[in-house]
Amino acid sequence: MEKMTISQKILAKHAKKDFVKPGEIILADVDLAFANDVTAPIVIKFVNDLGGVIANKDKIALIPDHFTPNKDINSANQCKIMRDFVKQNNIKHYWESGEVGIEHALLPEQGYIKPGMLIVGADSHTCTHGAFGAFATGMGSSDVGFAFATGKSWFRVPESIKFIINGKRNKWVGGKDFILKIIGTIGVDGALYKSMEFCGSAISELPMDDRMTMCNMAIEAGGKNGIIEADETTINYLKERNIADYEILKSDEDAQYVKIYEFDASNIEPQVAFPHLPENTKGISEIKEDIKIDQAFIGSCTNGRISDLRIAAEILKNNKVAKYVRLIIIPATVEIYKQAMKEGLFDIFLEAGAVISTPTCGPCLGGHMGILADSEVAVSTSNRNFVGRMGSPKSFVYLANPAVVAASAVAGKIINPVEVIK
Amino acid sequence: MIVAKVWKFGDNIDTDLIIPARYLNTSDEAELAKHCMEDADPDFVKKAQKGDCIVAGFNFGSGSSREHAPIAIKAAGISCVIAKSFARIFYRNAFNIGLTILELPETDKISEGDTLEIDTKTGKIFNKTKNETYQATAIPEFMQELIESGGLFNYAKKMIQKGA
Ligand code: SF4
Repeated sequence: MEKMTISQKILAKHAKKDFVKPGEIILADVDLAFANDVTAPIVIKFVNDLGGVIANKDKIALIPDHFTPNKDINSANQCKIMRDFVKQNNIKHYWESGEVGIEHALLPEQGYIKPGMLIVGADSHTCTHGAFGAFATGMGSSDVGFAFATGKSWFRVPESIKFIINGKRNKWVGGKDFILKIIGTIGVDGALYKSMEFCGSAISELPMDDRMTMCNMAIEAGGKNGIIEADETTINYLKERNIADYEILKSDEDAQYVKIYEFDASNIEPQVAFPHLPENTKGISEIKEDIKIDQAFIGSCTNGRISDLRIAAEILKNNKVAKYVRLIIIPATVEIYKQAMKEGLFDIFLEAGAVISTPTCGPCLGGHMGILADSEVAVSTSNRNFVGRMGSPKSFVYLANPAVVAASAVAGKIINPVEVIK
Repeated sequence: MIVAKVWKFGDNIDTDLIIPARYLNTSDEAELAKHCMEDADPDFVKKAQKGDCIVAGFNFGSGSSREHAPIAIKAAGISCVIAKSFARIFYRNAFNIGLTILELPETDKISEGDTLEIDTKTGKIFNKTKNETYQATAIPEFMQELIESGGLFNYAKKMIQKGA
């Protein structure tokens, strides 16, 4: 039998084949398909135009997270299309404002994501869920409409690239820095159409939150999916949610990779991606100029999880946000929101002068809750710093981890966290 | 056969440049068309004529999964996008909604304002202005099937009918 990577194995299993080879196009059964308030109206039109067929209601989810609570009349109408569809079809997996969170934080936290699954979402950051040893990829609305209606999707089996990160992780360095380092090395199309597989001792030591951050940004290198094999850490995360029914698949030892990259974690420092591409990365110590900021944002499906908020609190404790700087903190889900409140993190944030919002994508895509004006500069824990991504097409976005963003909010300029925490 | 005037763009034209998120509170095609390419070239919609084509560099359509991007381009009357490479979600979306796209490594040879004769079936492109011929990468068989059945929607229709 020819050897396969974990991605090939998951695709083969769902296409009911013993073997699939890179380049091959297959039709496979999908375990979960979902859409959000931006993409769902087109998904719903696709399904309704087909006569309203849904292959399996338990395998679809609808998550109004981008402009929630409805930011204007148009977005309210989009959410209404979604809500009406959910009511009409009696769809279980739907969350209203007050319980909703950002889809890629909400779904794993609520126990929807398991190793070995095949997942498609009408959102490019669906690749986040590969952190559980699942094959997860973002698609457009028609593709997800197709999956809603038929329970299937077509895939071109991707070639795989292996990224091995060994060694000990430095203080204030997390999954965000690993993935920014990788994107900085291979470029924004360095993994175009390909599967990005992350492994090595530094990955084994990463908590689930950081693994999700890494897989989340596979798309920023053009990747079809990011994937990390399930291990003890994954199993423990699932145990906490009483999940035991899954199959763990692993890459064969001599599976084929088109490329293998190796990194030493001890050489990776906090990374900052400069405007206007995630590949424009620099290590924090390489930044010699003063980059003054107007806004700092901690949140999004990349870094809006509880461990991110804890890191931010560690830095913001007994510190104040610099004059004329807005610090916006958005827990990615209600569960994270409650946990942060319970741990007293909100007291620290409010004392420091931050704004805390209900879970939403908000400023990450320039939606609402903190839009940038012309020529303003932001440092953000999100995943994209394209022109106009967070507001004015004349604004500038730098990407970094939550420690760097919190420290920068205090300093009023992009700064190494070690300079704030002495 | 498409005959089209060229509008030229660079590498990494992302979906935020094609249709910024501030216009994503609708999926109305005419509304999206009004803002097509706005953050890459604010005058694009005013300048471009129906049937014109876009020629770009590497990684066209990177970023978001928003189908609004190819929809905006198609609704703006653009007949075809030719690029050195496409981001994968954009690539799928374009086929699914019936926007013609072609991969061509030599887009640097094409200038803004050139007139192209594009045979979408064979991928042969004749540059009338420069009197040059290029060959775009062949479209995978499955995608051709998809186009022939009239896009993903009709493909789904057939599947459902067969299953019923
Ligand atoms: S947080 Fe940002 S990147 Fe993540 S799903 Fe929302 S808009 Fe997309």
